[in-house]
Amino acid sequence: MDQLVIAGKAYGSRLLVGTGKYKDFEQTRQAVEASGAEIVTVAIRRTNIGQDPKQPSLLDALPPSKFTYLPNTAGCYTAEDAIRTLRLARELLDGHDLVKLEVLGDPDTLYPNVSETLKAAEILVKDGFKVMVYTSDDPIMAKQLEEVGCVAIMPLASLIGSGMGILNPWNLQIIIDRIQVPVIVDAGVGTASDATIAMELGCDAVLMNTAIAGAQNPVLMASAMKKAVEAGREAYLAGRMPKKVYQASPSSPTGGMIGS
Amino acid sequence: MLLDLSGRLKVITVSLNGETRQFDSPIMVAQLLDQLGLTGKRLAVERNGEIVPKSQHAETAVENGDALEIVVAVGGG
Repeated sequence: MDQLVIAGKAYGSRLLVGTGKYKDFEQTRQAVEASGAEIVTVAIRRTNIGQDPKQPSLLDALPPSKFTYLPNTAGCYTAEDAIRTLRLARELLDGHDLVKLEVLGDPDTLYPNVSETLKAAEILVKDGFKVMVYTSDDPIMAKQLEEVGCVAIMPLASLIGSGMGILNPWNLQIIIDRIQVPVIVDAGVGTASDATIAMELGCDAVLMNTAIAGAQNPVLMASAMKKAVEAGREAYLAGRMPKKVYQASPSSPTGGMIGS
Repeated sequence: MLLDLSGRLKVITVSLNGETRQFDSPIMVAQLLDQLGLTGKRLAVERNGEIVPKSQHAETAVENGDALEIVVAVGGG
């Protein structure tokens, strides 16, 4: 069976989804179920003191017994903040050590600050975390992050939440060719074909949030993304035909034409 | 300032998720969570920058001037 293996654990789905920006927890649950994802990202935030404690929580909608939670460091701009956030996440999730590290560079582009990211990754790996790392599509940085022990390299396709698709498939290809741990496109996917292209390139998985949550019908888009990732993976495994530039090749027999 | 018989503050002021709050003292982390209705919730507590593991909530005292952070998992990408 074709499985995605991250840090020694196998997953059947190659689609990872975020849980932000949904209308409510019920829509989150329906979309995640339709996506078939087994790994879901969550953010760590201050609890709302004074709010009715009986209000439903994300954990009720998506029980941690059923999904692999991937706590992220969204909103962190320094290695220090990211590390602090993930240590809290590990405590919160009873010692769970698979995490998504992202250290951002500025609030307009949400582009990763790769030097802070590398610094945080080194410390987190030494502290026993299994780090899946969000980064730019720079092959050298990807390699350095792999060398410090990250368990998955997650380059952006384009800016977080932009839906602009894969801006630099050539860089992604270099990263895929040179990195041994799973390469997961994270951020920028806008629609199903973007996810398929990522998988056809040879990415091991795709992580997305806004492409699903921001669709007119998020649950239907989640289902589309599931198929898109599967289709791209199968096409990659099947091995596409060679491109013949400016040279047609008939699909039907050339002989036996009537009147010949 | 109200002091108890051993000269300790009876009411302490702490920073709770950035807000100033008062609690009767002595109080342990577990009791404070209970007063906030958070017992049994999946959360993590940090006291003055250090994580207080769940196993130590019952025996970790909250002191006057402490900065506490209580975090939960929320939807995110």
